[in-house]
Parts: sequence; structure tokens; C-alpha cells
Amino acid sequence: MQKTSGSLTPHEEEKGRFVKDQTGAILPTVENFYTFCAQRKLMAIKCRQCKAIIWPPRGICPKCLGTQSDWIELKGKGKLLTFTVIHFPPSQFQAIAPYAVGIVKLEEGPQLPGMIKQVKLSELKIGMELQADFETHIPKEWPRWPRYFFKPAD
Amino acid sequence: MGGPIASIVSAGISKFGVREGLYTRELFTEAARDAFDQCPNLDPKRDIQALFVGMMSDSYEHQAHVAPLFLDWIGLTPSPAFRTEGACASSSVALRTALFAIASKMYDVVLVGGVEKMTHVSTTGVTEILAMASDFPFEQWQGISFPGIFGMMAVDHMHKYGTTEEQLAKVAVKNHEHGALNPKAHFQKLITVDDVLKSAQVAWPLKLYDCCPRSDGASCLVLTSPEMARKFTDTPVNIIGTGHAQDTLSLFDRENFSSMRVTRIASEQAYKQANVTAKDIDVAELHDCFTIAEIIAYEDLGFCERGKGGILVEEGATHLGGRIPTNTSGGLKAKGHPVGATGAAQACEIYLQLTNQAERRQVSGAEVGLTENVGGSASTGIVHVYKRGD
Repeated sequence: MQKTSGSLTPHEEEKGRFVKDQTGAILPTVENFYTFCAQRKLMAIKCRQCKAIIWPPRGICPKCLGTQSDWIELKGKGKLLTFTVIHFPPSQFQAIAPYAVGIVKLEEGPQLPGMIKQVKLSELKIGMELQADFETHIPKEWPRWPRYFFKPAD
Repeated sequence: MGGPIASIVSAGISKFGVREGLYTRELFTEAARDAFDQCPNLDPKRDIQALFVGMMSDSYEHQAHVAPLFLDWIGLTPSPAFRTEGACASSSVALRTALFAIASKMYDVVLVGGVEKMTHVSTTGVTEILAMASDFPFEQWQGISFPGIFGMMAVDHMHKYGTTEEQLAKVAVKNHEHGALNPKAHFQKLITVDDVLKSAQVAWPLKLYDCCPRSDGASCLVLTSPEMARKFTDTPVNIIGTGHAQDTLSLFDRENFSSMRVTRIASEQAYKQANVTAKDIDVAELHDCFTIAEIIAYEDLGFCERGKGGILVEEGATHLGGRIPTNTSGGLKAKGHPVGATGAAQACEIYLQLTNQAERRQVSGAEVGLTENVGGSASTGIVHVYKRGD
């Protein structure tokens, strides 16, 4: 477990551009979530007080309002709760339309929205097993967020 | 029934639709003038103490700080003006804020309204501006549009309750029938279930005719304390219940995608304050940004059992002449959805209905009305209950 308050391992210091507090702890923020994605890690936080696993990471636990948490890595495996196929997308996604997006309930509990790739649109089904993966492209300008996505589980 | 919180003594609405060459200040002026013209006893400069106006986005016209602008354009400086933003519920937030102002006795005559100017921007541009009301790093960044969010709600509803694409289409067909009776509506034409089913896919199962259009338009209400109402009109409409709740900004973090918690909570609050139940409602304006949203609203407001919304519209219960006519104005679908104008426009329609001024779309004998307005993926939900003044 990577504490949100505590020191970084050398490995992470080397690869990351994490936003930290004065103690060097990686803050539970959107930017840091995506910096972990650049390392192919899908991360959430676990509240130290109520033990809830919270995603997206944030500074106050929405269940118990606790403010101390630790980063945990999610396995990225889960089931599709609902989905849609977007035929008329915002302009930056026009080249890939139609594409599927859905909400996936991960084994650890969090529900993540995301694109579903590597599946025939006609074969999308509520309850299907999916696995998270990561795009390798990192934009050069803000927002420099490498996307995670879902694909059928092996 | 509950006592009045405040009274609507006049309502004005601009023509909704493609209003080429007219900007928000001019559309808002059109609605305000309509409200003033209907109320000869009102001297706006002397009587109106504040303006509460809803508008979603500064991006359409490259114009922020609109509260003083609109106030200036209707000649009411130096009165205070408040601008509220709650995505598609922006002017319901304005109305609720104005209720606080009246109930606190800070003011006793105020103007409430909303406006949006959208049609000069491309459909893609509008899709992107509207998407700003969803979560940028996790929804927009994943390519999830607003039709996509409501598409996911629809898929969940169909999966759980067997709701069909034909039932969704019937909401659009009904609202176009009603819109054809409203001269201020964006669309005046009838459509068939087949037209809806054969229209272009937007976010499956939602097709083009399941989606409300982008529209230009404005709406305005003159709201007074109950004690002051008779000074301006013999036929006020009283607001007797108000409710408001928020949910997560994003859809993904919720327990249920086929019900809107904000509508359930806001309607419970409003019914309780008004001392009414769903059975007492004679006419309602609902937030049909997408057809599925009206079906879910039926259930969350208690107009039918959970999961039976598709059947309710299929049976004709929500059609003019039915048990509980909804969206007699044409709704967002046919009247149009100039986002910021919608909440106050819903109240305008209920005012017309309860004062027997709705002409060809009049619900005969309507005494109690309701509006339900949601913002974003139902992250904001506001419900008001209205009663004809005795």
C-alpha cells in the first residue's frame, strides 16, 4: 500500500510527476490518478477511518468524511453495469465513432466510467467481464492524462 | 393544502426556436416585455426590487456577468440582480432562490427568468458546451456526451424493466403533439413512432428524435409575496411547495442509473410542504431532455409504479385528456430547450394552465400543477408545486 502521507519509493520518484504535500506524500488528486495511469496503474484510495475504497481519489471520504487515506492499486477487473454506443460524439472523438462507453463495477467496489474497446458493438452485454488497460499516448499539453479503458477479460 | 410561499402574478415567454440574429439580452427582453405587458398594474421600475436569472453557459456568446446586462437591457438598474447556474436547471435554481428572497421578506416583488442562445453554434459545439456540465476528467475525457449519459440510463431501464424503444418514442410523439398546440414552441410539427425509430442514432438506444433540440429562448415570471399578489392580478398562481436536492456530479458513482434520487427527494419535500400527493397533480411540466428522462420522472414523482413509466405513456395517461397530462407546452422535446430558460418556462406553462390561458392545450379545470427540472445527469433536481389562487 502506498500511503497518501509518507515517502515515495525511488522507482516512483523517478517516473512520476506527482503532486505532493510538504511531507512528500502523494496527494489524492485527479492529476496524481492520471500520473499513476502513465505507469499503467489503476489507483483508488482507501479511507483509513471507514476502510471504504474511494474512486476518484479525493481529500475527504464521501462516506465518513475522513481525511486520511492510502493509495491502493485496483486489479482493473469488473463487470459492465450499463453502456451506450455513441454515434454523435464531441469533436475530438469523431474519428473513432461509433464507440462504446459504459460503467464498470470493479471487484474492489468502485464504479468507473470508460470506453469499452476491442469488442464488437453488437456483443456488448450488461454483466460482461471486462478488464482495464491503458492508452500509451500522453498529450503534450494540459490535460496530460493518459486514458484508461476497458476491454473484454481474457 | 399548504399555504402559499409566493405568488406568480405574470408570466412571459419569448418564441422558442432558431432566433437568428437575436442574442440573450434581446431574447430576455422579449420575455420580460411579455410578462410586463400581461400585467398592466405592474410598474416595473417602481415595483420590481430584484432580478433572479438563470443561464448555463458564457461560452455560447462569449459573455459573462449577464445579471447586470439583462437588468440594464430591461431598464431596471440599479436594482440588484442575481445569476444562477445549475446546468439545465439554472432558472429553477433562480426561482427557488427568489422564493427564499420573498419568504425572508427581504423583497416582495421580484422578476425571475432564464435564457440561453444556442443555435448560432454548431451541433458539435453545443454538444461540447453542454458536456461541460458533466465531469471533465472522468466523463468528458472518456468521450461520454450528455446523450451518452442518458443512453446509459435508458439501457439500464430497459434491462431492468423491459422498457422498449417504442415506449421511449411515444414520449417524443406525445410532446410533439402538444408542441403543435403551442405557438411559442420550437417545433410545431407532428411526428410518428416510426419517425423516431428511423431517426439517426445519437447514443444508442437514443436516436435524434429522442433528444431535445438546441434552441434559443427566454422565460420570465413576476413573483410576489402572497400578500402583494392581489395588487397586480385577480388570478395569481401560488407556489405551495418547493424541493431541491443534489446528487454526485457524475452518473457512474450512483447506486441506481434508472432512477433520479434528486427527483425523488425534491418531490417528497415539495409534496410534503404543499400537503399534496402525486394523485392531486392535474398537470405537470417534466424534464424530457431525452425521452427516457420523462419516463424516469413519472416513476420518481409517483405518477406510476417503479418500472411502469413506459406503460404509462403507452396508455395515453400523460397525453392531453389523460389522467395526468405532462408537458402540455411540448416539453423540452418540442417546445425546445434553451437550457437556462427551461425551468422558468416550465413555471410559465403551469401559470398559463392554472389561470386557464393555455388555449388549445388547456387542461380543463386544472387547479394543482407541478414542475420537475433536472440539471446535468440529475446532479441537480428541483420540483415545485403550484395551486390556482382562490
